Amino acid sequence: MAKLIVDGKEIEVPAEYTLLQACEEAGAEVPRFCFHDRLSIAGNCRMCLVEVKGGPPKPTASCAMSVRDLRPGPNGEPPVVETKSPMVKKAREGVMEFLLINHPLDCPICDQGGECDLQDQAMAYGIDASRFHENKRAVEDKYIGPLVKTIMTRCIHCTRCVRFTTEVAGISELGLIGRGEDAEITTYLEAALTSELQGNVIDLCPVGALTSKPYAFKARPWELTKTESVDVMDAVGSAIRVDTRGREVMRVLPRLNEAVNEEWISDKTRFIFDGLKTQRLDRPYVKVEGKFKAADWNTAFDAIAAKLKGVDGKRIGAIAGDMASVEEMFALKQLLESLGSPNMDCRQDGAALSPAFGRSSYLFNSTIDGIEDADAILIIGSNPRKEASVLNARIRKRWRRGDLKIGVIGEQADLTYDYDFLGAGPQSLADLVAGKLAFAEVLKTAERPLIIVGQGALARKDGAAVLSNAAKLAKAVGALSDDWNGFNVLHTAAARVGGLDIGFVPGEGGLGTADIMQAAGKGDLDVVFLLGADEIDMTQFGDALVVYIGTHGDAGAHRADIILPGAAYTEKSGLFVNTEGRVQATSRAAFPPGDAREDWAILRALSAKLGKTLGYDSLAALRTVLFAEFPHMAELDEIAPGNAADVGKITAGGARLGSDPFMSPVRDFYLTNPIARASAIMAQCSALAAERALDAAE
Amino acid sequence: MLKDQDRIFTNVYGLHDWGLKGAMQRGQWDGTKAILEKGRDWIIEQMKASGLRGRGGAGFPTGLKWSFMPKEVGERPHYLVVNADESEPGTCKDREILRHDPHHLVEGCLIAGFAMRAHTAFIYVRGEFIRERERLQAAIDQAYEAKLIGKNNKNGWDFDIIVHHGAGAYICGEETALLESLEGKKGQPRLKPPFPANVGLYGCPSTVNNVESIAVAPTILRRGASWFSGLGKPNNTGTKLFAISGHVERPCVVEEEMGIPFRELVERHCGGIRGGWDNLKAIIPGGSSVPLLPASECDELDMDFDTLRGKQSGLGTAAVIVMDKSTDVIKAIARIAYFYKHESCGQCTPCREGTGWMWRVMERMARGEAQKSEIDTLFNVTKQVEGHTICALGDAAAWPIQGLIRHFRPEIEQRIDEFTRNAKPAEAPLAAAE
Repeated sequence: MAKLIVDGKEIEVPAEYTLLQACEEAGAEVPRFCFHDRLSIAGNCRMCLVEVKGGPPKPTASCAMSVRDLRPGPNGEPPVVETKSPMVKKAREGVMEFLLINHPLDCPICDQGGECDLQDQAMAYGIDASRFHENKRAVEDKYIGPLVKTIMTRCIHCTRCVRFTTEVAGISELGLIGRGEDAEITTYLEAALTSELQGNVIDLCPVGALTSKPYAFKARPWELTKTESVDVMDAVGSAIRVDTRGREVMRVLPRLNEAVNEEWISDKTRFIFDGLKTQRLDRPYVKVEGKFKAADWNTAFDAIAAKLKGVDGKRIGAIAGDMASVEEMFALKQLLESLGSPNMDCRQDGAALSPAFGRSSYLFNSTIDGIEDADAILIIGSNPRKEASVLNARIRKRWRRGDLKIGVIGEQADLTYDYDFLGAGPQSLADLVAGKLAFAEVLKTAERPLIIVGQGALARKDGAAVLSNAAKLAKAVGALSDDWNGFNVLHTAAARVGGLDIGFVPGEGGLGTADIMQAAGKGDLDVVFLLGADEIDMTQFGDALVVYIGTHGDAGAHRADIILPGAAYTEKSGLFVNTEGRVQATSRAAFPPGDAREDWAILRALSAKLGKTLGYDSLAALRTVLFAEFPHMAELDEIAPGNAADVGKITAGGARLGSDPFMSPVRDFYLTNPIARASAIMAQCSALAAERALDAAE
Repeated sequence: MLKDQDRIFTNVYGLHDWGLKGAMQRGQWDGTKAILEKGRDWIIEQMKASGLRGRGGAGFPTGLKWSFMPKEVGERPHYLVVNADESEPGTCKDREILRHDPHHLVEGCLIAGFAMRAHTAFIYVRGEFIRERERLQAAIDQAYEAKLIGKNNKNGWDFDIIVHHGAGAYICGEETALLESLEGKKGQPRLKPPFPANVGLYGCPSTVNNVESIAVAPTILRRGASWFSGLGKPNNTGTKLFAISGHVERPCVVEEEMGIPFRELVERHCGGIRGGWDNLKAIIPGGSSVPLLPASECDELDMDFDTLRGKQSGLGTAAVIVMDKSTDVIKAIARIAYFYKHESCGQCTPCREGTGWMWRVMERMARGEAQKSEIDTLFNVTKQVEGHTICALGDAAAWPIQGLIRHFRPEIEQRIDEFTRNAKPAEAPLAAAE
């Protein structure tokens, strides 16, 4: 700890603090452009200048100076720092004037207007008029992809974007070329950025040089309603803010959540919003003679009731999709149980995970934050860059700190960090378990080894064997101690952990996803409910009546016989449990379109038609029942930790390992769910990525 | 005036053999081993006692700088880096050393490297110095061949010298930008602290010295600190290579005692000012980055760090640019402003934006196309750049303009008046249409 006096106030801070942090600790506000908590220090904007007494008679950049480097007074007095002295005020005014001389004053047509650091700080720390009479510099705009729009004349060369892409995103595609006043930020050859996190540069840019292309000229920040919510594009559960105007979602921004996404979100999370407006199911449909006919709710319900009449519960099945909230799965589960059906599954990919072995057998037990404590990481059958980009950034963050060995069994993809490739398939895993690979020693000697098992290794015939081998390995290398559970399952679907938590899996003698499809194909099932399940082979349901409850006219709706339009994640309040087991809630930012309703309410209404009325009339009442049965669901933003010993239980399971190589389930990052497939922006990104892959293959 | 026997650079004009044989005849590489055997502390003490101040421009005591290096070699090796990126307009002293007396530098590297526990020296040579680099490399090769440096050399301290050729950016002469460039990155100055002595080249403790500072070290140690400190003036001791250019009869590089009066310097070595002493208008005493001094200040002007600082200028690299009365001094400073605008690395705001602004205003002032109130604005802008930047290039860009305004304000105002008087009403647009 070191003492110093900031603006006459004596404070004590850790010696490694920067002056800027120390000043903030003392309650002094220090303006800045280039400094960012999560990026390296550049010290180039010079806005954070403060006065250090006793030093050279010039101001010091507080972001780059550490408290340790300050010299105490002649008699050991603590160093004195001024943030409001005339020298500081003048220095800030000077820097502000320099920043503005070549900055176009086009705020009225700038998308950053209203949330612009430069605008705000010019008001707070600038002077009223410019003395610059020369011509302003103009810089050509650069193409850097379909997501980020550039207006480079506005750039103030803070290099936050450059530092973000190289440090956090792990791509060296953005840089500052030229020198002096000719310096420009560019992708060198004006190629599109390839990162899945590139959208974050829009938030990082303190001015309007990098703005959102899809959002360009669409809205002003002050006319938007901001709703704090949670993302469901992947199982990370990034904290987001949904900005709406009227009924329309205008954009999605990240929210700070140190435990999960820090302040980053993936491009899918950010730019998917146009998918919420297209291909929407806005009224119930009933298929009549092979053609969908618009219907009202009662007609649709009656059609279902007519079909279900007298049907044995065993001839009904239900599959929940990747973006279903806990409440609607709970309601569907109760409805099916009341109908006497044990046939339900939330694992539409057929992953070999089961709540029977306890929570820690399917959670990311180390937690995302815990990645930073790991000292060896093994990734099995996963491409975290595509499956959970933000989590991948966390691994990269840990890797950048050094002293971390990473091994991968599965696809040899560019994960933005170096790793040892140990093999492509289960045999390599078996070798590792048997201690035949050198990496086994790495894991063994590590104090906190971390093993990530992806869905690419679990959603396959030998999934159970892979899971048990991974658990065996975890046990063998000491990843399952009292204070460190290094066995982690990385999910790809936001709904999955919630579904497993509430037991949306086959009951006594019930059928799982594959069996439901097979039985339906054979005619052993009469009715199948699809709760937003679109990623299964729709041709296999045979003649069964398929009821699709969901939001988009995707695969499920095409196969369906009856469509019940539901609400998307921005249109309902719903619980989602992320891959760590963290319970989080989305909030309603807009209303569902047309006649669409919140899914739980649809199920509640249907249950009444079927004469099996569910015992709740409101979401709150539903949650009361849910919480009574699953108390951990009531603890928002908390993780009810699994028992590490549970992992031991799965070591026994599983038959023989297969030989097919592990493949990540995410083949196209941009098109993983019905909303993404309805989004024009995502389609554009997907096409670009495909083109790049083709180029690379040549 | 410096006596011939007190000269360090005895072949600065290339009249003799530059090679190892010639250098040894002139006394170089004599007793180097004995110097090393006296130990590091002795070397650093002698360097401190000699009062040698860094010859790169800032005048920081060299011995003190060497003593900042860690006393023990830890996990990271130590490096000596020699700054031969001599790019300051007007400065051409290191060039002469590289061309004609390179063994001073090679020997100095070994001694300085030994003193700071470095086994490797990097010499960063300015991009435009192609022949000079070749000559330096040849001298180093000679030294290797004679086993004066290298592994298991005669002097008992394993030492390698690596010559690195820059690409011709002025900013790479800034010590931390030089390190960046040496590491293969873009030459942009680093933030200090940490200083290079702690975190320098490749993150290892490093010391960056000017060519001349290193090159004089062997002679100082051979002849004793008191000999060196006996020359010159207190706190401004020793000899110094002066490079006099501009409107003198015979521009030259000459080794002289520190503190030599300016008038003596030009009259003895350069044949005087072109057109006589009275024809002197102004001088820039230390390379383009220091403020100029008008003729009236030059009558009694000792050329040393402290005197010039007292006159709000600086000795810098002792590259004196002499301007006689035929000079358009405003245009001259505008040209210097252009240089700094061109060489600004663009990293930090005040320099990136300020240098361009200052240059544009200077260009207008050179034509007289300005308001008188803009002189104050310009001065204020230079003050806004000075001291607010990461490295000293901002200061270097600001000072010449400050010097101009301080001493030649009437001339600027006169220029503006003339322009205003002669200003023609805008040409009739019809003329263009015809």
